[in-house]
Amino acid sequence: MSKRSLASFAAGLIFGAGLLISGMTRTDKVIGFLDLSGDWDPALMFVMVGAIGINALAYRVMAGWSKPLLDDRWHVPTKTVIDRRLVFGAGIFGVGWGISGFCPGPAVVASAGGGSTLVFVAAVLAGMLLHAGYARVARAYNVKGSPLTNAPGTRTDRVERCS
Amino acid sequence: MVLDIGLSLIGGALIGIAASIVLLANGRIAGISGVVEDVLTLADDGLGPKAAFVAGLLATGFAAAAFAPELITTTVVRTPTALVIAGLLVGVGTRLGSGCTSGHGVCGNARFSPRSLTATGIFIAVGFVTATVVGSLFGGVL
Repeated sequence: MSKRSLASFAAGLIFGAGLLISGMTRTDKVIGFLDLSGDWDPALMFVMVGAIGINALAYRVMAGWSKPLLDDRWHVPTKTVIDRRLVFGAGIFGVGWGISGFCPGPAVVASAGGGSTLVFVAAVLAGMLLHAGYARVARAYNVKGSPLTNAPGTRTDRVERCS
Repeated sequence: MVLDIGLSLIGGALIGIAASIVLLANGRIAGISGVVEDVLTLADDGLGPKAAFVAGLLATGFAAAAFAPELITTTVVRTPTALVIAGLLVGVGTRLGSGCTSGHGVCGNARFSPRSLTATGIFIAVGFVTATVVGSLFGGVL
């Protein structure tokens, strides 16, 4: 296993542990946070506070480095334009998150336990393939007037893809 | 409640540390929807580390399933139809919007990316509205 993969594996372990400890892997807890009609549980707000606080420090460190420790360049997104894809995509994701109580990371972690969470994750993967397939077709035919074709034929339209 | 907030902060800090490792070691954003899609489609861009990241996530899930199953939901209280529709929406939405709670919510916001701040505001607001509508109009049963 390469050093990069080892670092990513360790990060995956720590990320998963953080999701488990905070309660993000329990849909009842997430729904208790998102559903304002019942007994509102605001605790999950602090997951993002903790995560953003620490990660913002890392970006301060990054600013003083010419390249990352294990790679020869940065792969951080640089796109700043707010387009229809971003707005529609975030809205569609919000509906799915609000119905299920699962966003992708916690769903992947919880899917290790099987059950109907696996059905959900399978649907997420199917949705991703649907998007990838449609985006490919839309780019190939350069479909106009579709929120998928703001930046046809480029990889920069998918800049927040990460690892 | 105080305990829950404490656990949220600790869990969040761990997530922040994990995202910082990915950033400072590999120079990348820890965005799970993007990583999962790239592993799924075998995209030729740092596939090894991405697969290793997903393996790490799954390893914690298997550990939880074995030793602390109360920490993970394996039976979502939704009809199969609602669950499949929600999953499809999460899959399509996160890729159309180039990120989810991790890529935009944790990583992008930490560097004040205008795209991430916008996306996070939208998916959290829509998430609140959706869950509240399901909770109040459908009694939480869907």
